[in-house]
Amino acid sequence: MDLPWGQLLINGLALGSLYALTAFGIVLIYKTTQVITFAQGETAMFSTFVAFTFLTVLQFPFAVAFVLTLAFAGLFGAFIERVVLRNISTTTVLNPVIVTIGLSLILLGGAGWIWGYEIRTFPAPVEGPPFRFATVVVSQLNAVIFFVTLVLMALLFVFFRFTATGIAMRAVAENRTAAQLLGISIGRMNALGWGVGTAMGAVTGMLIAPLNYLDPTMMGDVALKAFAAGVLGGLTSLPGAVVGGLLLGVIDSVVGFEVPELRNTIAFALIVLVLVVRPGGLLGKHETKKV
Amino acid sequence: MGSMHWSRSRGRAMLPYGLGIAAVLAMPPLLNFIPGIAPGYILYLVSLALIYAIVAIGLGILVGHTGQISLGHAGLFAIGAYTSALLTFRLGLPFVVGLLFAGALTAAIGFLLGLPALRLSGPYLAVATLGFGLAIPQLIVWQGSWTGGSSGLHQLPPASLPLGAFTIVFRTDQDFYYLAAAVLIGLTVFARNVVTSHTGRAFVTIRDSEIAARAMGVDLVRYKTSAFALSALYAGIAGSLYAHLLHGISPEDFTVLLSVDFLTMIVLGGLGSVGGALAGALLLTLLQNALTRLPVVHDFKNLYVVVLGVILILTIAFLPRGLAGVVRSLRSRLPAAPERNGASRTDQIVELGEGSGAR
Repeated sequence: MDLPWGQLLINGLALGSLYALTAFGIVLIYKTTQVITFAQGETAMFSTFVAFTFLTVLQFPFAVAFVLTLAFAGLFGAFIERVVLRNISTTTVLNPVIVTIGLSLILLGGAGWIWGYEIRTFPAPVEGPPFRFATVVVSQLNAVIFFVTLVLMALLFVFFRFTATGIAMRAVAENRTAAQLLGISIGRMNALGWGVGTAMGAVTGMLIAPLNYLDPTMMGDVALKAFAAGVLGGLTSLPGAVVGGLLLGVIDSVVGFEVPELRNTIAFALIVLVLVVRPGGLLGKHETKKV
Repeated sequence: MGSMHWSRSRGRAMLPYGLGIAAVLAMPPLLNFIPGIAPGYILYLVSLALIYAIVAIGLGILVGHTGQISLGHAGLFAIGAYTSALLTFRLGLPFVVGLLFAGALTAAIGFLLGLPALRLSGPYLAVATLGFGLAIPQLIVWQGSWTGGSSGLHQLPPASLPLGAFTIVFRTDQDFYYLAAAVLIGLTVFARNVVTSHTGRAFVTIRDSEIAARAMGVDLVRYKTSAFALSALYAGIAGSLYAHLLHGISPEDFTVLLSVDFLTMIVLGGLGSVGGALAGALLLTLLQNALTRLPVVHDFKNLYVVVLGVILILTIAFLPRGLAGVVRSLRSRLPAAPERNGASRTDQIVELGEGSGAR
């Protein structure tokens, strides 16, 4: 079997970075708010459409549109937390799952309503000849994807390690009651978690749209894989999301090259296998319920 | 006390069934009196709703009673539909064989799907079942040489039932409607009996606390896999009926959105209520169809998706116990009927209570 391993690895890592970024948002929201969101893909898609409006209708330069979109997504995420999720009972894990599924449906239909279903091309942030290393080709867009992923990971690492807000968010993730006793506002941290998570989704959306296309269903497949990546790495672990995303990207790339019809099937079969062996994911801790 | 009391409470409990059967029988003739509609089409639509109701009742046992989430029921539904279609179309076997085999095979696969559920819970299980639901249509397309690939299987034979020397063939929409209604009534009674039995109470105990269930001697392996198998059995039988109602199926019929539809049905109807699942399925199917008829709607898929989302959120926010909960609270405001105490105790156990941890 003669596979172009180097190329598949690079493509897989680029794809995996996108899964990782999306998964990172999901894990972030899960860790801070204990809500597993099924709407991450759709909030990202919606934000990307907003970015598209900034770029094409209002003719903003890419950097300005990027920053404005991040601001929009952050507020949007906080808004969702404040208006929808804070008002539902979380006595069962099922409730937030159902509500976020509902949210994703509304955003999907809403985006179709506002922007239509035709497939659009999203302006690429960079253009130019790809980089070549021996037989491996790295497009400029893929290079940007790697760069953005690394920068965001570094920023979030610093945020969670060194800033008071980041430490407060970790405290909430660790033990809600204790965090509250220390004077941390759970509500504010929940809103912040949703805001940051949704903004990360917006970044992913703006990187995926130039790679593929822009339409309301653009995130469907990616969000699903990101979800799987989060679960694979362990929903309680932020590094797990990155490991899971990259691993899934490479698997996806290799399987997609060999048997494209079974891309999703094999990816999910592997995940179920991993989960059966390690129910908390690769890096996550398996939460056992205490009596 | 005595037998008088028993028969009165029994009679009361049987009343919904009596009304339901009367409504089922009376509907086709009554449709002829309503001007401006096509009775055949209405009956086709109601048959579809009844088939979805079968899936919803099965899913309700799994999600509402046992607390195990599934986002992959469209996959089980597809397995039932394809099993029945392939057996009758490719091998020329009678419909009844297709139906029973579809139920049995789907139940077996449901049992296997229940095995990872022994280790997984909550979001992890949601992802595993979601993956299953995605994989099934892909596998069907992949095995295109005998499943018909992405174009599907068409011109399936009509449903039929051998009775001694005769064979009833369900050719018209009305015939099929009676068949679907009969299967649904049978499976509804069965589901009611299961959930009020020892097995049903074991399911509810697992939902409320796995640790408590184990401490009371509930065999988790046995009951979790049974809940999955039972739920899958319903989806498989419904799938078989679906294939023979439409006379044709294709992998596109069984998307993740269909799994979400099923979930919406039971959430709207009320988790932990068989009657609620039934009502939710009927309402949602008819609503979906009514939306296609609105003159203002240009893009139907669009509106339905939004409405589905709004229903899910509003139901959880304002009616966490669904329509069944509304009916229950209305009923409790009526002058108390003392002989109902025995029956309502089961309702209280089965109802998804505050503080119960469905995982």
